[in-house]
Amino acid sequence: MCLAIPSKIIKIDGVEAEVEVGGVKKRANLTFIEKPAIGDYVLMHAGFAIKKISDKDARETLDIWDKLK
Amino acid sequence: MKYVDEFKDKNVVAEISRKISGLNVSANLMEVCGTHTMALFRHGIRGLLPRNIKLLSGPGCPVCVTSEADIDAMIGLCDVPDVIITTFGDMMKVPGSKGSLLEKRADGVDIRVVYSPLDALKIASEERSRPVIFLGVGFETTAPTVAATIIDAREKGLSNFYVYSAHKLIPPAIRALLNADDVRIDGFLLPGHVSVIIGSDAYDFILKDYGVPAVVAGFEPVDILSAIYGVLKHGKVENKYSRVVSKKGNIKAQKVMNEVFEVADADWRGFGVIKNSGLEIKKKYLRFNAKEKFEIRRPSGKKRKSSCICGEVLRGIKIPTDCRMFAKSCSPEKPKGPCMVSTEGACAAYYKYGRTK
Repeated sequence: MCLAIPSKIIKIDGVEAEVEVGGVKKRANLTFIEKPAIGDYVLMHAGFAIKKISDKDARETLDIWDKLK
Repeated sequence: MKYVDEFKDKNVVAEISRKISGLNVSANLMEVCGTHTMALFRHGIRGLLPRNIKLLSGPGCPVCVTSEADIDAMIGLCDVPDVIITTFGDMMKVPGSKGSLLEKRADGVDIRVVYSPLDALKIASEERSRPVIFLGVGFETTAPTVAATIIDAREKGLSNFYVYSAHKLIPPAIRALLNADDVRIDGFLLPGHVSVIIGSDAYDFILKDYGVPAVVAGFEPVDILSAIYGVLKHGKVENKYSRVVSKKGNIKAQKVMNEVFEVADADWRGFGVIKNSGLEIKKKYLRFNAKEKFEIRRPSGKKRKSSCICGEVLRGIKIPTDCRMFAKSCSPEKPKGPCMVSTEGACAAYYKYGRTK
């Protein structure tokens, strides 16, 4: 039920947006997103973007493990 | 793919696996998310863990935990004259006490599979003379999307759109599992996308009240293995999916969910009624509530007998291969219970990936 693949916002029109994932374009509703911007990566669920992905936190998680390699 | 490939790095995966083995502990860990159930198999995580770490699938598949009474009620709604039933695809094959939605569709009922509740609303706006009912099944991730759709329906002045709410909440189910004490659970892998909405603070009670650690996990191999390592090593409530999960969750989505829904008791397959574990439509939005609008007819007469053990699988007491119907009379093509129907069900996952484990 949950699609864990991040989608990139490529067009915004009010609360509606177009997102792209793996070359496929889809409509997305942005009701739940604070300050959406083109280029943001979001998680999608049932036609709605439910969260922007924090690049800073993604980097931090990876850095912790990279140091251990 | 950004934010996916980096979290599959095989060197990191090998390193975390080594660290987990090095802990040399025995533990039963439970995942409470259907997408985790599938991800654990798909990424071969089970094979990377030492034998003394057992993974149990809990009540994390929304279709699977929907009670037979709710399925019967949903099938009963097919008798509403001229109705259009809209649903996520996984619900189609779930057997009620008599028949399924798929059988109803074969009988000529207009049942349409949608990807989003907004698709159901679109159908309602195009078919204004017919009642359109959306079958609302899902956890905290899905409920805000349905709530936003109901608000949209009100704003558009649509009077033919209805929702049957069977939405459920994850924290009360975890509490019910721990109170029941049927099976030893040494730690939880917490559902990533439910947590996006409710935030990691919502799970503090697991450690505080029961002394059991729990970690919010993402869905790529590095995410899942870090969560397993965290739960075993640190023994705390942690968030290993911080790129999308915060402590307080998605406040905007919570507000929309709380505007439309109120907490109510809910009937779970395998558990029975769990207090304050579901969401019903508030009085303010009564006209969108299918339970209020339509008389719900449940099938009468003798119930179909079944030796299906879905309920015990959902509580972690049994695993799918314990069922005598598994991969014999019950398969994804001819499912006897919801855990084999849903693509996220534990039985479907075992069938597809791990029949011997």
